Amino acid sequence: MEGICKSFPGVKALDGAKLTVKAGTVHALMGENGAGKSTLMKCLFGVYEKDAGRILLDGREVSFKNSREALDGGVAMVHQELNQALKLSVGDNLWLGRFPSVGRFVPLTSEKKIRRLTEELFDELGIKIKADTKMSELSVSKRQMVEIAKAVSYGAKIVVFDEPTSSLTAEEAEKLFEIIEMLKRRGCGIIYISHKMAEILRISDEVTVMRDGKHIATRAASELSTDEIIKLMVGRELGGRFPKKRRQPSGAKLEIKSLSGIGGVPKDVSFTLKEGEILGVAGLDGSGRTELLETIFGLSGRASGEIILDGKAVSNRTPRESIRSGFALLTEERRANGIFGILDIKENTTVSSLKKYSRRFLLNESGMRRDTEESIRKMRVKTPSQKTKIRALSGGNQQKVILGRWLLTEPEILLLDEPTRGIDVGAKYEIYELLEELRAAGKSIIAVSSEMEELFGISDRILVMSGGRAAGILETASADQEKIMALAAKYV
Amino acid sequence: MEDKKKDNGVPSERLMNDGIFVKIKNRLSEKGASVKRKYGDFMAKPPHDKRSMLAEFLLNNAMYILIIGAIIAIAAMRPRFLSPASLINIISLTAAKLPIALGIGGAIVLTGTDISAGRAVGLTACIAASLLQMPNYLNKMFPELPPIPIPLVILAVMAVGALIGAVNGFFVARFKLHPFIVTLSTQLILFGVILLYLQIGDNGGQTLSGLDDSYLSFVTAPLFTVFGIAVPMYVLYSVIITAIMWVIWNKTAFGKNMFAVGANEEAARVSGVNVFRTIVLVFMLAGIMYGITGFIEGARIASIASYTGQNYESDAIAACVIGGVSFVGGTGKIGGIVIGVLLLQIIFVGLNFLSVDQNMLYIIKGLIILLACALDMRKYVAKR
Repeated sequence: MEGICKSFPGVKALDGAKLTVKAGTVHALMGENGAGKSTLMKCLFGVYEKDAGRILLDGREVSFKNSREALDGGVAMVHQELNQALKLSVGDNLWLGRFPSVGRFVPLTSEKKIRRLTEELFDELGIKIKADTKMSELSVSKRQMVEIAKAVSYGAKIVVFDEPTSSLTAEEAEKLFEIIEMLKRRGCGIIYISHKMAEILRISDEVTVMRDGKHIATRAASELSTDEIIKLMVGRELGGRFPKKRRQPSGAKLEIKSLSGIGGVPKDVSFTLKEGEILGVAGLDGSGRTELLETIFGLSGRASGEIILDGKAVSNRTPRESIRSGFALLTEERRANGIFGILDIKENTTVSSLKKYSRRFLLNESGMRRDTEESIRKMRVKTPSQKTKIRALSGGNQQKVILGRWLLTEPEILLLDEPTRGIDVGAKYEIYELLEELRAAGKSIIAVSSEMEELFGISDRILVMSGGRAAGILETASADQEKIMALAAKYV
Repeated sequence: MEDKKKDNGVPSERLMNDGIFVKIKNRLSEKGASVKRKYGDFMAKPPHDKRSMLAEFLLNNAMYILIIGAIIAIAAMRPRFLSPASLINIISLTAAKLPIALGIGGAIVLTGTDISAGRAVGLTACIAASLLQMPNYLNKMFPELPPIPIPLVILAVMAVGALIGAVNGFFVARFKLHPFIVTLSTQLILFGVILLYLQIGDNGGQTLSGLDDSYLSFVTAPLFTVFGIAVPMYVLYSVIITAIMWVIWNKTAFGKNMFAVGANEEAARVSGVNVFRTIVLVFMLAGIMYGITGFIEGARIASIASYTGQNYESDAIAACVIGGVSFVGGTGKIGGIVIGVLLLQIIFVGLNFLSVDQNMLYIIKGLIILLACALDMRKYVAKR
């Protein structure tokens, strides 16, 4: 891809971007959110029409009009958010749009052929999934493998991975890397988009860094270090990766006593959270970390157990009750249950605190505007105005708005589920700083994270979940990755 | 600055006026700035962009452009279309159809719909008419009934409407049923109730007429006259209701919650919004609007039969969509609904002026809804 330009009304999203991927190599594409990585890929797949530039595949110029054409042309993508028909079987998903028919003159879909073709494909790739399993019964990582198998079945020469490990556990990621290695051996060129430095440096051969829609540098991965990549991405030196701890936790604030959820997860979990403490929660996917937070918050039903805040039991049967008793939950799926995309920043900020602004029947508009302004300033949200629709903001800024929403409810306990997922390096640091400020102000935080670095960087102690149960709590200072992994496997 | 003054002390009238004036000025300059941001550098754009921006503008406002074009065309062919009498007729029709559209608008903001609205109007019209027949009228449905004060009847139809809405809302919120299927069922039930209601006493399913003068004049007496043509009272009622609905939608916690639930129900739940109560209240409020529509229609038509109110919901839904209340949820404005109802009535009256076949009207209405929805959806699907 050379000299690709794309403008949207008011913004130049791509400005002479270029990317050269060699066959049989993994090429990492890096940049902060908004750097133009996704736009570049969308130009490749014809989701957007490029304004200028050329795309060459094996020396021939190509121009795909949609992802189906791209697929036929040998360019496939494994999406960040998988687009699959979850209610259909694995085989149906693989051959969707090109079902094999029973015979040349019998235009009926052959179930038998679907199964056979799927099995052949999976054998070749070493994937162990049954063809007639329903897609919704598979884990995210297995679904991803199906997606990769689909790319292979189209004979893809270029496969694009967009944040493929963001919802995978460490083991599942290993498996993915093996498959990528195999694709490499088959001569595929791989474009790999990710925010995780460690895996980039591990699996990629070359790295291209983009910033503000421009090509910044392309280097061999072996010549680069994490800090150098970050420097290229941000365009300046970053201080530490995590802010300094400004306060030590004091006395007990929240006590969870043998908490169990209606669905069986979490199971008999007990722990104590101190005032001004950040308690990290580690564990594999499906270990019940999200469910733990949701049960504490009353979003999932509680079967038994007690939640004791400041020595008094709180009921927390619904999110409304929990908010009233001083809890806040930042959810994992920002788009599904965090933001109100179509509403503006003011509405997104004040939605949980409307009671505060109600004067009998009417709302105090000026108060809402003032507090939103204050929240934008405190959270350092980058936005033209508070009337901007939240979906127009980057992921990091959306997250800051939601954090601002919760701070407006004046919570004592913040429950954060993957607070920095899908957020670029610069914004991540800002979020860490905000958390540190909250801790300094005496708030207590429980933070679920799949990123080990983050857990070690921000937390005082780490609770490890395994199979819905609490496998143990480690002091961060004396913990290491092996200890955490050992605990995470305890009840699996 | 202005706000502070208001908060701290008793505002003098002069300050209030200033406040409103400054507010309007700010509002206008804000609007101007956003228009400038969007279209200001138009001349500086390359021709390709110019063309696509123009196309974008035309498509985003296509419904308005088409309708205004139609108005000009009709006015050119039939100049009497824009005579005072015709215009007042259009305004009156708009006023009559506005409350039901305002009610349905809330259901659409919740990504739902309400097809029981027409039958709810029918039932409440029947109730209002039967309670307010002339004392000495021969075919009176309740012969022994003493004259009932009008405010009581209004409260009664609002209560019936609210009850219908509560049932709709309860099934939607409690059982997570789609409002389409819930209101499809209730509209059938309501039709049955209407037919049974009209059988009461010796009525035997006949049309209800012979309405009391107090009722007729309360609704249809002249509010004032322009060019010798009377503007009926219900125009005033409609204006008041619209103002109240505007306040509810924009200035209350309930209104904000409604938009939040419509924009993202799950996020609303996590944010502590009482989703169940919000949904039920939206439908109840809609029901109250249907009750008011029924009350006005009762006197406006003055002879109520089982088919009264039939298909009213389709006009109301069309008006909402034309006015920018989108089925994607979480978006819509009261002002848009008013414009939507107005434009639709203009079209209907205009087509009458052109002596278009009554049967054709249904086809045209259907096409308008389809086109409006398609154009609206364009704004929300990913741009290419």
